Amino acid sequence: MKQRTAPFVAATDASHADVAVRVRGVTKDFGSGSALTRALRGVDLDVPYGDLLMLVGPSGCGKTTLVSIVAGTLEPTSGDVVVLGQDLCRMSGGRKVKFRRDNVGFVFQTFNLLQTLTAVENAAVPLLIAGWRRRDAVEAAADVLDQLGMGDRLPNLPSELSGGQQQRVAIARALVHAPRLLVCDEPTSALDAENGRITMELIQNVAVQPGRAVIVVTHDSRVYPFADRIASMEDGRVDAVASGPFPVGFSQG
Amino acid sequence: MLWVAWKMLVGNRVKYLGIVFGVVFAAVLIAQQASIFCGLMSLTVSQIRDVEGPGIWVMDPNVQYVDDIKPLADTELFRVKSVPGVAWAVPFYKGLGRARLQEGTYEQMIILGLDDATYIGAPQGIFLGSVADLRKPDAVIMDDAGYQRIWPGQPFRLGRTFEMNDRRAVLVGITKASRTFQSFPIVYTRYSQAVAFAPPERKVLSFVLADAQPGEPPTEVCQRIKARTGLQALTRDQFLWRTIQYYLEKSGIPINFGITVLLGFLVGTAIAGQTFYLFTVENIRQYGALKAMGASNWMILWMVLSQGMQVGIVGYGLGVGLASLFGWFVKGASRLAFFMPWQVLALTAVAVVVIVLVASLLSIRKVLVVEPAIVFRG
Repeated sequence: MKQRTAPFVAATDASHADVAVRVRGVTKDFGSGSALTRALRGVDLDVPYGDLLMLVGPSGCGKTTLVSIVAGTLEPTSGDVVVLGQDLCRMSGGRKVKFRRDNVGFVFQTFNLLQTLTAVENAAVPLLIAGWRRRDAVEAAADVLDQLGMGDRLPNLPSELSGGQQQRVAIARALVHAPRLLVCDEPTSALDAENGRITMELIQNVAVQPGRAVIVVTHDSRVYPFADRIASMEDGRVDAVASGPFPVGFSQG
Repeated sequence: MLWVAWKMLVGNRVKYLGIVFGVVFAAVLIAQQASIFCGLMSLTVSQIRDVEGPGIWVMDPNVQYVDDIKPLADTELFRVKSVPGVAWAVPFYKGLGRARLQEGTYEQMIILGLDDATYIGAPQGIFLGSVADLRKPDAVIMDDAGYQRIWPGQPFRLGRTFEMNDRRAVLVGITKASRTFQSFPIVYTRYSQAVAFAPPERKVLSFVLADAQPGEPPTEVCQRIKARTGLQALTRDQFLWRTIQYYLEKSGIPINFGITVLLGFLVGTAIAGQTFYLFTVENIRQYGALKAMGASNWMILWMVLSQGMQVGIVGYGLGVGLASLFGWFVKGASRLAFFMPWQVLALTAVAVVVIVLVASLLSIRKVLVVEPAIVFRG
C-alpha cells in the first residue's frame, strides 16, 4: 500500500498539466418545476494523473451523479468538466461515445458482465467495441486476465465464477483497452472482506499508473487506505479533499 | 460485435426458443396455407395445363373460366379455321356425364372429347393402353385417380365397362392426369363419342383448340379471331389466368385462406415481438454498460437488428422446412392440394422480415433511449 504524507489539499491545487479530471462549478438538476431535484450544487474537483481518488459520502449526496458526469455518461446542467484535456461540455454526443470508448474504463457495483459470454469474452468486449478482430481481442483480454490471476478461468461463464472472480473479470474488462481514466462504482460493495481487499489491491497495483487517474465511488470505509485522496461529498457538494494515509482498512476490520 | 449480439441472444435459451417459435409458427402457417391455396388454384387450371399442343382456346364470349361451358355451334370450328394466321383448329368437348357402373352405382365424371382425327389434347401420361386404342368402339381412357375412386383398392384392369347416357363405355387405357378442382374422374374419348355420351343438346362444341401459324404472334391471332367470329379467343396463359382470376374474385377461397395467413402473421408477431422485447428489457443494463463502454447507438441498433435477422433466418428456415415436410407428407398420404411455388417462399420471407422488424423495433426503441448512466444506479 502506498504511503501518503500531505494531510489535506484544496480542490484546485493541482496544476493543469498534471490534472486528469478538472470539474468546476458543476450543477445537475433532475426533473423540473415542483419535481426539480438538485443533485449537484456547484462541484469543484481535481483528480491528478497517477492518483486513486475516492468519492465518499452518504447516499443521495451526488457521488454517482458526479462520477457519471466525469465519465461522460451524463450531461451536467451547468459548469465545466475537462477530462484528459477534453472539454466534455462542448463535446458532441458522437465524440463523447468515442471518448468513452478510447479513454474510460468502468468497474460497476454489480459487475454488469454479459452472462452468456465467457470470462475472456467479457473482458474482450471494449476491444470489440473499438473494432478489434475477435481473435486479437480475446488474446489481449486473456493476457490481462492472466495478470489478474484469472488465467485458469478464461472459458468460464460468469455464473461459474465467484463474486470476487467476476469483479476481477470486470476489472480486466475495464483495463483491457488501456484507458487513461478508470471509474469504479462501489467495486467492493457486493464482495466479502477478502475479495474486497483483493479487488482493491488489484486496482491499486494494476490500474493506478502515472498516466492514468482512478476514481472510486465507495461507501466502504475499509477501502480508504487504498486511496491517495478522498473527496468527501455532502448534499451535492464536495466538502473536503483529504490526502492519505487513511487509517481504517480491511486488516483493522 | 455481431458475435456478441448473437451470443447474448442464443445464450438465453428460453427466450431465444420463444422468439424462434413465434417466427416458426407464423412461417409454417403462412407457407402451408398459401401453398394449399396455390394448390387449389392450380387444380382449377389443371385441365388447361394438361391439354398440350394448342396455343389458343376459342370459346363463347361469356365464358369466364374453364368449367364455365357455354356450347358453340359446330360451324364455329370452320369460322375459326378460316381466320388468317390460324394454322389449325380442332373441336374439343368438355362436360359432365353420369356413369352407371356395373355394380349399379352412379358416378359423376368429366368427359373430354378429343378431335377424332388428331387426338389433340390427349393425355400425356398414359401408362396402360395407348391413345390409338381410342379408335376402338366405345373406347375411353380414364385417369388413375378416377379409377381408384370408382374401384378403390382394385388393380388397374382394362376392358372394364360402364354406361354413360345409356351408351356403353369400354376402358382401353389409364393415364396420369392432374387432379381437377371438382375431383371427379376424367374420361378421355373421341369427340364424336363424347357427344354421344353427353346429354342431348342442340350445341355441343365446348371449345375450339387452335394454334397460330409460325411467325404469327398468338395474341394477334386471338384478336383476329375475336374480330372475325365474335368469339372469345385467349392464349393458353391468358385462359389460365382468366380462370384463376375468376376463382380469386368470385369464390371465398382467398378470404378464407387470407384470414388464416393473417392470423398466423399476427400471432407470430405477437409472440416474437413480446418475447424479443422481454429479452431486451432483461438485458437493458447490459446494453447500458455497452453504451457506457463506448458502443454507439448505431452499433446497438445493428446488434438488435442482427439478433432479429438471426432469429428470422432460423425461424424462416424451420418454418418453410416444416411446411414443405407437411406438403411432402400430405401429397403422399392424402388428396390435399399442396403447391409451393417460389412466390410462396418469397411471401413467407417478406412476412418474416416484417415480423422481425416489428419485433426489433419494439426493442430498438427501448435500447436507444436507455442512458449509459443507468449502469451506475444500483
